[in-house]
Amino acid sequence: MLILGISAFYHDSAAALIEDGIPIAAAQEERFTRKKHDAGFPTLAVEYCLKERGITLKDIDHIVFFEKPFLKFERLLETYLASVPKGFNSFRMAMPVWIKDKLFQKDKLIKLLEEFEDAGEVENKLLFAEHHQSHAASAFFPSPFEEAVILTMDGVGEWATASVAIGKGNELKTVREIKFPHSLGLLYSAITYYTGFRVNSGEYKVMGLAPYGEPKYADMIKEHLIDIKEDGSFWLDQSYFNYATGLTMTSKKFDDLFGAPPRTAEDKITQREMDLAASVQAVTEEVMLKMTDNLAKTYGIKNLCLAGGVALNCVANGRIVREGSFDNVWVQPAAGDAGGALGAALAGYYTELGQLRTVSGTMDSMKGSYLGPEYKQPDIESRLKEAGAVFETLDDDALMQETAKCLEQGHAVGWFQGRMEFGPRALGGRSILGDPRNPKMQKTLNLKIKYRESFRPFAPSILSDQVSNYFDHKGTSPYMLIVAPVAEQHRLDTGDQDKDLFGIDKLNIPRSEIPAITHVDYSARIQTVHEETNPRYHALISAFNEQTGCPIVVNTSFNVRGEPIVCTPEDAFRCFMGTEMDTLVVGNCLMRKPAQDQSLSEDYKDKFDLD
Amino acid sequence: MKSFIKEIIAYMNARKKWWLMPILVVLIAFGALLVLAQGSAIAPFIYTIF
Repeated sequence: MLILGISAFYHDSAAALIEDGIPIAAAQEERFTRKKHDAGFPTLAVEYCLKERGITLKDIDHIVFFEKPFLKFERLLETYLASVPKGFNSFRMAMPVWIKDKLFQKDKLIKLLEEFEDAGEVENKLLFAEHHQSHAASAFFPSPFEEAVILTMDGVGEWATASVAIGKGNELKTVREIKFPHSLGLLYSAITYYTGFRVNSGEYKVMGLAPYGEPKYADMIKEHLIDIKEDGSFWLDQSYFNYATGLTMTSKKFDDLFGAPPRTAEDKITQREMDLAASVQAVTEEVMLKMTDNLAKTYGIKNLCLAGGVALNCVANGRIVREGSFDNVWVQPAAGDAGGALGAALAGYYTELGQLRTVSGTMDSMKGSYLGPEYKQPDIESRLKEAGAVFETLDDDALMQETAKCLEQGHAVGWFQGRMEFGPRALGGRSILGDPRNPKMQKTLNLKIKYRESFRPFAPSILSDQVSNYFDHKGTSPYMLIVAPVAEQHRLDTGDQDKDLFGIDKLNIPRSEIPAITHVDYSARIQTVHEETNPRYHALISAFNEQTGCPIVVNTSFNVRGEPIVCTPEDAFRCFMGTEMDTLVVGNCLMRKPAQDQSLSEDYKDKFDLD
Repeated sequence: MKSFIKEIIAYMNARKKWWLMPILVVLIAFGALLVLAQGSAIAPFIYTIF
């Protein structure tokens, strides 16, 4: 049975295809349209999913949309009614969009789907799942667990901002919900907004900024903004926020409490922003730990599954893994709304149609999250030739040796292999790699390749069997969704150098033998690399390990700031030519920068809107 | 429009929120006036509106 899941018209549109309950293809629309967080209907992503399976839309048994528009409209209306006349400005903005467009989403979906070639009958195949049901399904059904507690948290879906479900076999039952406007995701987004970053994309930056600060405002946040109960549930004092009825995230009262208006985007980041980031991060971790501990005690189940945007907070996830009460934790790699497409399809298959679910016991069914497009070697060569690239084609062994050598020489290497990842993290399919031992690598990658803020950390990809030798982490972390400390034996004594430094200046001190991936608090966002799911990436890191004795590479997504991760070999070549990347490897083709026609380089840095 | 009305009735029935119907009609009518006055469905991105 083939089921297509769709998420669209909010942010991060995506399509996902499952066959007999197993994900076989999934991709975000932004990768094809090259428009970051593209919210439009995912025409190209649907086309890709169908092409991957070699079918047309008429072969699909059911199509499931990831949320219920009427429920969302109900929330809007009830919120406006509850706050009349305060919400008039927001109402004035929202109503035209809803009345002209969003209320008719079902008709719009049918019309857009019928435009596909050989679409067949669409209307009777179309189902709708609830937003948090989609998240919960994406977290539980692909997980390796027969039974689990599923916690989903995000900004807001229809009404729910957090939900708890119990999953057993093919059953998924929601048992608790926290409803709008009380939202941990929106509290984090409010601080994101207040510290001058963009809501819905700047949350990562706040998390990356947190280790530079002290949680000086955590008590203030807990005293005024959020009332955290013993079981981890919470209540937000809405007088400090404006997102429910206004056009900003925070209110005047919020500004008065923290003593200043929000920082303007691209203004200098000060210690104050770092302290605010550290504070909201500390509060988030406290809520998540309290909540998961309570769930473990209440339900007596040892497995936890997480999804929703808040589950991308890998620092909090790391603490749940190390300090929490669950034996096993699994996080959906596409935990944000793009993953809702996959969850919707899975909810359709298991919950609506009651199909049988079998669990392998050790592996999840996400296939390493490599669910996107792949290009065969002859296709890669003809595409690169067409783009004007000068390349040499090497066999697998020579390619791994040569790429490892480039890394050792300090090159920033573009690495494009196999299927594209589904979810926000690059996992060795569309990545830029570097040598983690190189003390200049962090700065070089941030400022010369990614053109992004210098404070942002990079993640390590490590051979899975080596992870506990380098990090205080046992088990796996294939999706880069868990942060763990660098092991003591690999840390360097920073002596007195560190004591008088504050904020970004802390970056200048190497803290471990692998400084490029060691954050200022000695943490790292780990990706364990497995031969079973990505043999080529595993072979490259093994070759690097043989040459250097280091089983780790720096892994960052293959894009510049504001650009969606590259999808095609042409995207990769353009990014390579537009940045100071030294080497590019696409399939078995290796390209060196000096050999390229320099007239092909374009102004890449300013091509994308800053995120 | 016919299928939309059918959908709305099915939703009201499922949610047992018939009390919302008169308010919905008034607000949609009011909103429709705003549409006519504005002539555009483009709004700035505010997280919870959508």
